[in-house]
Amino acid sequence: MLTYAGRRLLLAVPTVLGVCTLLFFALHAAPGDPADRFLDPRFPTDVRDAMSHNLGLDRPLGIQYVRWLGALIRLDFGHSFDQGRPVLVILGEAIPNTLVLCATALVLVFTLGIALGVVSALRRGTALDTGLTLGSLALYSVPGFWLALMLIMVFAYALPVLPATGVVSWDHDLMPWYGRLWDRVSHLILPAIALGVAPAAGVARYVRAAMIEALAQDYVRAARARGLSPARVVLGHALRNAALPLVTLLGLYLPFLLGGSVLVETIFAWPGMGALMYGAIDGQDFPVVLGCGVLYTLAVVAGNLLADLLYAAVDPRVRLA
Amino acid sequence: MTAPGPTRRAWRRFRRNRLAVGGLVCLGLLYAVMLLAPLLAPYEPHEQLGVVANGLQPPSRAHPMGTDFYARDVFSRVLYGARISLTIGLLAAAIAAVVGTVVGAAAGYGGRWLDGALMRGVDVMMAFPRLVLLLLLLALLEQRNIYLVVTVLALTGWMDVARLVRGQVLSLRRREFVLAARAAGLSAFRIVWRHVLPNAAAPILISATLMVGHTILIEAGLSFLGLGVPPPVAAWGSMVEEGRAHLRDAPWIAAFPGLAIVLAVVSVNLVGDGLRDALGEGRGG
Repeated sequence: MLTYAGRRLLLAVPTVLGVCTLLFFALHAAPGDPADRFLDPRFPTDVRDAMSHNLGLDRPLGIQYVRWLGALIRLDFGHSFDQGRPVLVILGEAIPNTLVLCATALVLVFTLGIALGVVSALRRGTALDTGLTLGSLALYSVPGFWLALMLIMVFAYALPVLPATGVVSWDHDLMPWYGRLWDRVSHLILPAIALGVAPAAGVARYVRAAMIEALAQDYVRAARARGLSPARVVLGHALRNAALPLVTLLGLYLPFLLGGSVLVETIFAWPGMGALMYGAIDGQDFPVVLGCGVLYTLAVVAGNLLADLLYAAVDPRVRLA
Repeated sequence: MTAPGPTRRAWRRFRRNRLAVGGLVCLGLLYAVMLLAPLLAPYEPHEQLGVVANGLQPPSRAHPMGTDFYARDVFSRVLYGARISLTIGLLAAAIAAVVGTVVGAAAGYGGRWLDGALMRGVDVMMAFPRLVLLLLLLALLEQRNIYLVVTVLALTGWMDVARLVRGQVLSLRRREFVLAARAAGLSAFRIVWRHVLPNAAAPILISATLMVGHTILIEAGLSFLGLGVPPPVAAWGSMVEEGRAHLRDAPWIAAFPGLAIVLAVVSVNLVGDGLRDALGEGRGG
């Protein structure tokens, strides 16, 4: 298991390196003087030239690339144009918010997806199954940003039960502890739904097909014949085998959730990485854009690695291949 | 590409699937609406009907989907918006499928080194959330138009097909008919084009179809963020964005273009699912 983990980790290194290279040269291949992108355009020309020299922007591209990579390894992303603070600090503030949002959405994706998929498979061919199948197809096809607006329209405006934006209310600090807890949860509900519904529908579709297949297997019939309760047969035997490949879906949905979080965070004014990156792109804050780009890559590669390792942990055949 | 026998059998299976046929009919209607938009739309998409008199009107007989802040007819704009979403979705997915097929075939048939190099490239491209990659690219490119959006969407969408085709080619290249073709002295290009790829056509078609739906969603997201085809061209995504400021007083502005997106993507996915069942391919994620 450890050798397998080590091998997969080594394979991830060239990927991350490749992405960083791509990012660097994409930014430099883009039209315009790189100094305009890396330095605040409000500086006077002589200051700009001096700073350009200090930052090594007048050096050959190859040397700049090596120095940039060296800085990256030290986690030095430079300073934000807009805020003047180190990019790493800004990222550090945004990451927890995105993690909370994506983790909540992931829980929703798998609980809701598995529950609907199992029910649909057990009631195969009934009106309930058809309804759930069509419903999950529709939800699978809903753009997250539109769903977010519709949720705000209904739950924040029409029947105001949940807040429309932000992480906490303005009077958060004045609340008792249970009020603060509910305040945080209530702010999380709508964005997590907007982010998680489409992948949840995808999981439901997958689980339904896998469960139908599993329920027809001999070991399920054997378990039934031994007189096990239906719940044990379905959850303990069929679902356990059907849900195994779901682990790989985790690796697939992580980039999807992170990508979707750009839209959802922007809409809900959720101060996470997605909103940060979109704002930075809008404001031409290139150090922040680069930092976000590198961080997203690390997250996706780590997610894929985690999915592979989890799959190897639950299915020994993978390690030996 | 495929012999008429299996194609006709697949079509018969497809036709029996009521949902898939429904999706196909719906999709056909959507494309017809797109082409006939100038005839069907009661107003011009950019026509402002007088902000004071006709702005933010709720749906009525004169305006089935209401009017927006600039007193433009939402129904007409939704019809015209189909042009952007459906054209870009279809074109970008088609180009991505072609690129993915070429890369996948080259990786699968081209030997170890080429395979390794191309697949590392795929890994790199897939190490980004696609929307983030698109944001970066579109932010760097200043002059945006429909061709650029199609190109960028295609260039960020080919990797799944490449992986799929590579896998197919790897498993097909050891089969007897390929060995026979090689023994007969056919060139590698001819073997892949005439003998290997036709056998991989079904999964490519299914994947490409499902990709159309996904591309429509991504394009809508880009338009929503203001990185799609620039205004005043009506696109469903940017129309939802325009309605965002009026969720309280005129929710129809955001609601109807969003429903159009859902309708288009559901139709495409129904067709894709139907194809998968009819062509007898296994389930996917």
